[in-house]
Amino acid sequence: MNTPSPVSEVPPAQHDLGGNPRFRCTPVEPEADAPPDDFGKRVDALRAVLREKGLITTDEQRLNIESLPESEYFSLTYYEKWLRAVAATMLAKGVVTWEDLQ
Amino acid sequence: MATQDPRPESIALLEKLAAALIARGVVTEEQIAQKQASADRSNPETGARMVARAWIDPEWRALLLRDGTAAAEAMGISMRGNPPLGVLEDTETVHHLVVCTLCSCYPRAIIGYPPHWYKSSAYRSRAVREPRAVLAEFGTVLPAGVQVRVLDSTADYRWMVLPLRPAGTEGWSEDELTALVSRDHLVGVSLPDAQRKVSRAA
Repeated sequence: MNTPSPVSEVPPAQHDLGGNPRFRCTPVEPEADAPPDDFGKRVDALRAVLREKGLITTDEQRLNIESLPESEYFSLTYYEKWLRAVAATMLAKGVVTWEDLQ
Repeated sequence: MATQDPRPESIALLEKLAAALIARGVVTEEQIAQKQASADRSNPETGARMVARAWIDPEWRALLLRDGTAAAEAMGISMRGNPPLGVLEDTETVHHLVVCTLCSCYPRAIIGYPPHWYKSSAYRSRAVREPRAVLAEFGTVLPAGVQVRVLDSTADYRWMVLPLRPAGTEGWSEDELTALVSRDHLVGVSLPDAQRKVSRAA
C-alpha cells in the first residue's frame, strides 16, 4: 500500500533554488556585475511596455519562465528566458500568431 | 560562467516579436526606447541617498522604515506598478542580506538593474544556506556576535537594507554620506566604510 509522501519530500521545482545543494560549491562572482547587454535591455523594455498596457503581468512572466524545460532553464541566458516568457504570453493571448514568430 | 551572449535565434525571435507587435499596433518603437531610457536612468544613487538621509534625519528614517514606497515617492521616484518596498534596519547585533531565491526580484526603481550575480544560481541557492560564506566571497566578514538575517524578495514584496552609519562620518553632509553607499550595501553583501567612496560609473 502506498502512503502519500509528506509535502517536505516533494522535490522543489527547478526555479526554487533556496538551499539547493546543486550549487553548494559554485562561487558567487561579485565581479559579474555589468549592466545588461543591448539584447537584455530591449527585452526588458519591451516587457515593461507590454506590462504598462496590461498585456502581461509579473506572475504570467514568472509562470512562463518557471515552466521552461529544466535544460533550457539552466542554459538560456536570463533575458533569453524573459523573451521566451514574453513571447509565450503574447501567443497564448492571441496578441501575435505563431506565424509571426517563424 | 559569468555572462554569455544571446543565441542568434534569440536575437531573431526578439526582432520578430517586436516587429509583429509594432505591425499590429500594440507597441511602438518609440515606447520601447522610452522604457529603455527610463530603466537606464534608475540607479543605486537613489537608494544611497535614501540611506544617507536616514543617517541624518530621524523623521525621514522613521518614514523610510514605516513605508519604503512612500519614501521613494518622496524622492521623486515613481513606484507605480512596483510592489511594496520594505526597508531592513541593520543594528549593532543584526545584519540583513537580501536574495530572491525564486528568480531576481529586486527594487529596480531605486537601485537599477540587478547585477548578474544576484540572478545567479549560486547566489540564489547559497545565500539562505550559508550566508556568511557568501558574504566572505564579497570580502565581508561581520564582527563576532552579529546575527545574519536573510530576507527573500518576492514578486509581491521587495527589500533593501538600511546599513549602519560607518564610524568616522560624524558631521558629514548628505552628499558626502550618499557617496559612501553602493548597490552592494543596499543588498547587504557588503558594508559601507568611511574610507571608501563608491565609484558611480554610468
